[in-house]
Amino acid sequence: MNYRIIHRTAYDYPEPVTVSHHAARVKPRTNVTQQRDSWELVIKPEPALRKMRSDYFGNRVCFFSIQEIHEQLEITATSVVSVESVTPPAVSLSLVWERVAAMFRDPVSPEVVEPYQFCFDSPLLRASPELADYARQSFSKETPMLAGVLDLNRRICADFKYDPVATTVATPLEEVLAKRRGVCQDFAHLGIAALRSLGLPARYVSGYLRTRPPEGKERLIGADASHAWFSVYCPDLGWVDFDPTNDLIPSDEHITVAYGRDFSEVTPLCGIITGGGAHEVRVSVDVKPI
Amino acid sequence: MSDADKIKTSRDQTYMFQSQSQSATGKSAADKAAPAPPGLLANYQQTRGAFDEFLGDEGAPRAHYSGLTQSLDELGSAELERRQETCQRLVHEQGITYNVYDDPRGLERPWQLDPVPLLISSDEWKSLETALIQRATLINLVLADCYGPQELIRSGWLPPALVFAQPDFLRPCHGTKPRGDTFLHFYAADLARSPDGQWWVMSDRTQIPTGAGYALANRLVTSRILPEAFRDGHVRRLSGFFREVQKTLMGLAQRRTDNPRIVLLTPGPYNETYFEQTYLARYLGYMLVEGQDLTVRDDKVFLKTLSGLEQVDVILRRVDDDWCDPLELRNDSMLGVPGLVEALRSGNVTVANAPGSGLLQSAAFLSFLPGLCRHVLDEELKLPSVATWWCGQESARSYVLENLDELFIKNAFRSRSRIMSPDKKLTAAELNLLRRRIEFKPELFIGQEWMKLSTAPSWGSNGVSPRRVSLRVYLVATGEGYRVLPGGLTRVAAKDGSQAVAMQRGGSSKDTWVLDEKPVDEVSLLQPAGGKIELRRVGNNLPSRMADNFFWLGRYAERADASARMLRSALLRFSPERTGSSMPVLAPLLHTLEIQGQLTRSDVETGMRHNSEALEADLLAAIYDPARPGSLCSTAGHLRRLAMLARDRTSNDVWRVLSQMEERLVRPTASIVMLAGDAVGVLNQTLLGLAAFHGLARENMTRAQGWRFLDMGYRIERMMYLCTMLDSALLSPEADNPSVLEAVLEVCDSTITYRSRYNLVPNIAAVYDLVLLDDTNPRSLLFQLIQLVKHFERLPKERDSALPSPGQRILLESVTRVRLLDPRGIYGMEGHWHESEVGRVVHEILRDLPRLSDAIAVSYFAHSAISRTGQGGQA
Repeated sequence: MNYRIIHRTAYDYPEPVTVSHHAARVKPRTNVTQQRDSWELVIKPEPALRKMRSDYFGNRVCFFSIQEIHEQLEITATSVVSVESVTPPAVSLSLVWERVAAMFRDPVSPEVVEPYQFCFDSPLLRASPELADYARQSFSKETPMLAGVLDLNRRICADFKYDPVATTVATPLEEVLAKRRGVCQDFAHLGIAALRSLGLPARYVSGYLRTRPPEGKERLIGADASHAWFSVYCPDLGWVDFDPTNDLIPSDEHITVAYGRDFSEVTPLCGIITGGGAHEVRVSVDVKPI
Repeated sequence: MSDADKIKTSRDQTYMFQSQSQSATGKSAADKAAPAPPGLLANYQQTRGAFDEFLGDEGAPRAHYSGLTQSLDELGSAELERRQETCQRLVHEQGITYNVYDDPRGLERPWQLDPVPLLISSDEWKSLETALIQRATLINLVLADCYGPQELIRSGWLPPALVFAQPDFLRPCHGTKPRGDTFLHFYAADLARSPDGQWWVMSDRTQIPTGAGYALANRLVTSRILPEAFRDGHVRRLSGFFREVQKTLMGLAQRRTDNPRIVLLTPGPYNETYFEQTYLARYLGYMLVEGQDLTVRDDKVFLKTLSGLEQVDVILRRVDDDWCDPLELRNDSMLGVPGLVEALRSGNVTVANAPGSGLLQSAAFLSFLPGLCRHVLDEELKLPSVATWWCGQESARSYVLENLDELFIKNAFRSRSRIMSPDKKLTAAELNLLRRRIEFKPELFIGQEWMKLSTAPSWGSNGVSPRRVSLRVYLVATGEGYRVLPGGLTRVAAKDGSQAVAMQRGGSSKDTWVLDEKPVDEVSLLQPAGGKIELRRVGNNLPSRMADNFFWLGRYAERADASARMLRSALLRFSPERTGSSMPVLAPLLHTLEIQGQLTRSDVETGMRHNSEALEADLLAAIYDPARPGSLCSTAGHLRRLAMLARDRTSNDVWRVLSQMEERLVRPTASIVMLAGDAVGVLNQTLLGLAAFHGLARENMTRAQGWRFLDMGYRIERMMYLCTMLDSALLSPEADNPSVLEAVLEVCDSTITYRSRYNLVPNIAAVYDLVLLDDTNPRSLLFQLIQLVKHFERLPKERDSALPSPGQRILLESVTRVRLLDPRGIYGMEGHWHESEVGRVVHEILRDLPRLSDAIAVSYFAHSAISRTGQGGQA
């Protein structure tokens, strides 16, 4: 599938901002199943300084700073990408999870050093015995790893209610677990922390999702949001994505932008401003099949 | 700073212990002791099972201690006692403090210094030096690899989890290539000596090696109280090391200039080692700045000064690395500089130590250093580390779990909490819980052997006795490799037999004397003589935040002065016998003190206070009550705190004057009946202290921006009190009462001048002329206004603009109003003084003063806070 994605973020500051520094991770990655045909980032006002580089995980980051006094800021990323559909992995044929967990115990072999770093606590996520208990219901003895993950993915979707007002970007996982509510970010975090609690490597994926309008309705432009899901490392297959919000294995309707250990490392747009006051941010995402 | 910040900075103190069974049995060893040392140390008893720095195996003194012991014996115990007191006084006067968090006795605690230094012989030092240089070199190479190619991880010399699981592995810093590949510009190690005499490294300090400044402060005090021993002992000097520090930092500048700007970035006055930061900044000649003083533009770091932005070349960092840049590192940090990491990548600024260097501070690395040393340097590690098992590895984990109650279990990575303490053994249940925690996340734990520290002669209530010591040593990465400070910070247990030496736990410290065989050369920290230097008449530009501090330092100093004068006048006129008759005289004074917040508002008719006891209590509370925001005692507290913020720019004398003043204003204990007369004495002393402060400012500060803002603050405050008082006096029908006029003259310190001119009973027009219009009277309103106009003319921004600034406009209006005033117009206004022209002008100026102060703040101190932009979550 080919998509044109327009991701717009706008800030209205009640007080003037004298200088601001930002980091934007809004450029889709390229990989085996995803190609980026074009990409453009428009920033208003025009930043004095702007540059692209790769971060530690190979995500493309645009750093920019605005050094003139401004009261509005608008960032629009337009991406044209093509995504190939993938055949869902044969989950029951994957390695049993205990063997995978054993591979990620010191000393690890050089081939798995890269995914190994996704086994540990990260800025927002702490493994815990409670999360291990939650995960273990999907991982009985000698369960093939991906079968376990698929079941965990299903249970998160079933056990937790999608509720956009229950949590914020700062809500800790313990609270999500207690409230049993949240959004895609929380569900992805939950899956990752639960898997890490079993000693399995899991990472956070930030991206976009094609949304389908209700039957007989027009597609609403800009009504989408940026999306998140998680990915697990399976030694024989590599990284395999799971979307707990929609209880599915992503194929050609998920567009990957960035990955990291958790949300804090892939925040689409973060910034530090001098001045500005209490302000609102408006985000709109439009994923249009072309 | 939030509580979390405080906790964060207080973490990972090193605690050193020895096992309980070793300490209490010193006696039997001493019984066996062979030739007892004479004199002061005659009763010195070696602790069994510990190495003693002073006594050798046979109980005979070690050779390198002979000079010191001889010198101490000559002094005798009474003289040593006296010198110990001098030592305490010097520490106190120099304001050497250490901040202890959550301490009921207050944040600042006086530094503890034991007058008897620790001595190290030159041979021993030489081998320590070589070993430390090797260790620092190794650690730097390991850091460069972890933040670069990561070969050591891939080839298996470093377990990946040791790096990847660490919160101190800062991924955004990966790939930043610091100048000369140096991550570790400064390094410190905590050393301890085991019973067999071997030195061990207890911990490596790679993040922010603190304490070198305290070592220096200890040296300055100890060399003054033991000058004979210091002179004769060929003690190696410390200043050469700091000269190397200066040269190193200078060499790190990217710009080719003979005067690169180097700043010391502090987390602020609540940090535990704030004293040291101000001390080092002053000693090394760098500006002390907070994150908000800096800003990043075009990938360069700038200092915000009164006259604009000035580029910064090198940042000596005392802010933890993950708090340095809220954009890329911890985004809840308000201590850092947004954009700093990107500026680092561009190579436009150098930060020492490089952000990320805290990685190697983890004690888990200790067990891997021998192997790394062999692999990286092709040498054996010369200085062993205390035996450490990192539970991230299976065999080490099993060992630790099997010996859980024998080992000292610590967090492998930085953490706010401690797992074990020497004072209390864990219960079986606690051990079980710990076991489960280790099994669940083994990589977060290490086990260490309990270290038996050596003992050294220390001064205590029983004379000189052995106490446990550990030594922190310091290195700097110069162009020609690492250099070691010949000395260090010796930490010593608070009590005989005690095992904890951490300063946060009440331990004390010692100077460390590294002895040389021959007399040592003096090194000065100033520029080597003979070199050409560009002459300068202005100092480094003042950061806006500092201007703000100076302005308020001036305002509070004058507030203290004015309120002390008024309280004194009120107390002198106050008499319980004639409350009623003295009221007209007291009314304007009391009213002014009420408006300015020293006295509580009287709820009856303004100024009328009939209950003399209540009034007396209120006056005393206005002096001593720390809970009353406007009291003299609170003002003195503000003053001292502001002086602390400006500590790198004010002299020790200023500091001494202000802290003495605050101490004097501490309320006498409840058992002592407080008398008005005693209070007058305290007020007199306070006024003398303030006069000393003003004198120091006037005579010792160059007429640069700092002084200008101090003086502006003080002029504005003086006008505030003067106008409030005149305004109150004119509201009273008795404004022309000679007693009221006398009080006005007294508060304005103009009595003598008045008498010399008029020599008769005070006349209202003449008095108001003297205190308002006489521009030769340094206490008059016009004098203050003229001084302010002069200051304004010299402020950087005012000169550039064609039109007067808002502040200047207010000033010019006020000056004109006062100049055009004819005080004789007040005659014939009996009972309606306030409606006279004099009354109107005083009232208008009083109204405009806060506007003037605000205008200055807006033009010069406006430092808007940084904040995070809102984030769109992912849905």
